Amino acid sequence: MKILVCISQTPDTTAKISFNAEGTEFNNAGVQFIMNPYDEWYALVRACELRESLGGTVVALNVGPAANETTIRKALAIGADEAVRIDADPKSAAFVAKQIAEYAKSQNFDLVFFGKETIDYNGSEVGAMVAEHLDLPYVSYACKLELNGNTATLERDIEGGVEVLEVDLPLCLSAAKGMAEQRIPNMRGIMMARTKPLNVVPPASFEEPVKTVKFTLPPAKAGVKLVDPENMDELVRLLHEEAKVI
Amino acid sequence: MVLVYAESPKGQFKKAAFEAVTYGKKVAGLLGVPCVAITLGTNVSGAGELGRYGAARVLNIADAGLNQLDSQSATAALAAAAQQLGAGVLILAHNSTGKTLAGRLAVRLNAGLVSGVNGLPEGNGSELRVKKSVFSGKAVVEYALTSTVKVLSLMGNAVRPESTGEPVAVETLTVEVPANRIRVKEVKTIEGRVPLPEAETVVSAGRGMKDPANWGIVEELAEVIGATTACSRPVADSHWRPHHEHVGQTGIAIRPNLYIAIGISGAIQHLAGVNNSKVIVVINKDAEAPFFKAADYGVVGDLFEVVPRLTAAFQRFKASN
Ligand SMILES: Cc1cc2nc3c(=O)[nH]c(=O)nc-3n(C[C@H](O)[C@H](O)[C@H](O)COP(=O)(O)OP(=O)(O)OC[C@H]3O[C@@H](n4cnc5c(N)ncnc54)[C@H](O)[C@@H]3O)c2cc1C
Ligand SMILES: Nc1ncnc2c1ncn2[C@@H]1O[C@H](COP(=O)(O)O)[C@@H](O)[C@H]1O
Repeated sequence: MKILVCISQTPDTTAKISFNAEGTEFNNAGVQFIMNPYDEWYALVRACELRESLGGTVVALNVGPAANETTIRKALAIGADEAVRIDADPKSAAFVAKQIAEYAKSQNFDLVFFGKETIDYNGSEVGAMVAEHLDLPYVSYACKLELNGNTATLERDIEGGVEVLEVDLPLCLSAAKGMAEQRIPNMRGIMMARTKPLNVVPPASFEEPVKTVKFTLPPAKAGVKLVDPENMDELVRLLHEEAKVI
Repeated sequence: MVLVYAESPKGQFKKAAFEAVTYGKKVAGLLGVPCVAITLGTNVSGAGELGRYGAARVLNIADAGLNQLDSQSATAALAAAAQQLGAGVLILAHNSTGKTLAGRLAVRLNAGLVSGVNGLPEGNGSELRVKKSVFSGKAVVEYALTSTVKVLSLMGNAVRPESTGEPVAVETLTVEVPANRIRVKEVKTIEGRVPLPEAETVVSAGRGMKDPANWGIVEELAEVIGATTACSRPVADSHWRPHHEHVGQTGIAIRPNLYIAIGISGAIQHLAGVNNSKVIVVINKDAEAPFFKAADYGVVGDLFEVVPRLTAAFQRFKASN
């Protein structure tokens, strides 16, 4: 079993979000970066579980600068066997997808895992794009994956329910809650991660179809309007007449 | 022209399809081109109704394989239609289906994609500027699309469906569709209330409820205002409530018109999933709870007294309106 897990790095949810004065670039200063939780908790852990029961290799891949290697080492500490970093600034989903596909197309992976979305740009774009580049089936929002020989049985989250489906490998999927339980890297994992291979690959050329014009901060909330807890008719009136949501 | 994929799960259109067509009509208006809706499958009923929301034409690709979602065959069908019709903009809903297809379609059509847009674009046929909310609602980004074909997926609840037109006749479009590789075995849906990602009104409760046995007052409130119920993560983790109710960074992200948070402290990871809600009401006995900073209306009080009082007030309101 040869498994690829695509991991992205994102600012921690608690990070203060700010931009340069022109609003063209994210301000990294003082921001704590983490492995995207869906990639770490669900995709990577399920990939490692499958490798543990079926044998094979788990490759963790990140498109990003050298500074991302701390995150990549964490993936190795959790259980990936080797890692690949495509040495480029991950400018857009289309760019990242192109890089992942270029790398993966000659590698014959049985499974290519993504997280359901990155928590910064909330795109849910990369997985579907890679699947199209590779001409592979794609199951998004998978919350369960079992393998029986060459056949995968999956459940995926849909609005108000789940869909149960079957598909033969190879396959791309994006992982959601339910797929696995978070694993905390142990001391042995952290030590071993230092000796595992981390290959750095140059990026392929790509023409960007979408340009970022600028970032802005949303208008500040007007501030909370407190309503007397004894007077809920007043709250209903406000929701009806002022907020117009009832 | 603007081509809108109107999704019809189990052959029926839902709000997401009406929102997408309404949005498509507005984009088409901006560009001065027609809006065309496309439907997939042999089980679609009532497609002509999409005309009411602004589709000048409604097309159907009647292939039985498309009755279920296989991203490869649906992409092949929609891309072939877009090419045959010369679509400049392709619009989908940013839901579980749209997210499966939008990226594929963008690659297939050599198009730029912006997913989860939440406002009308500006610009013209050669450059479209669109905005979306990023960093879990903590910032807004504006993108410029310059590719010949542009793909947009529309965030749920971002536009209100507007039914002002007339139904149109449904035309059949024939394109080559590959055989499915995905075999859908079963679709299990939770019957009853509107699913959380689509809900316009949500009543959500947290650890302040103390015990799962206390949820009756939350359900009564939800019942009276036709809301869907949600919960914070520790509540789902301790099995007080089902997992599909968990909202937040690690659960479902929602953007209802009204979010009522009861006994939830408002941790940043919770806010990440709900702060795109249009109006937030917070009920908490602790005036210092961080949720009040994100709220539009706040009630500082004991939820066990306030919630039944609020339910009664809504009942009075309903009776007199
Ligand atoms: C990586 C990560 C991801 C996370 N993801 C999520 C997520 O997706 N969703 C999520 O919700 N959380 C998430 N969390 C957890 C989050 O940080 C908070 O711990 C959680 O949201 C707190 O839940 P709560 O507000 O229900 O409980 P508490 O923080 O315990 O708050 C209970 C509140 O109820 C109030 N209260 C108590 N009694 C009453 C009463 N009688 N009347 C009125 N008010 C009362 C209290 O004042 C308090 O504010 C995540 C955490 C981490 C680290
Ligand atoms: N820079 C990156 N390097 C590797 N994988 C990525 C990168 N960005 C996104 N991904 C993968 O694509 C998934 C979806 O990302 P997105 O389309 O940005 O929401 C993530 O959960 C990752 O699995």
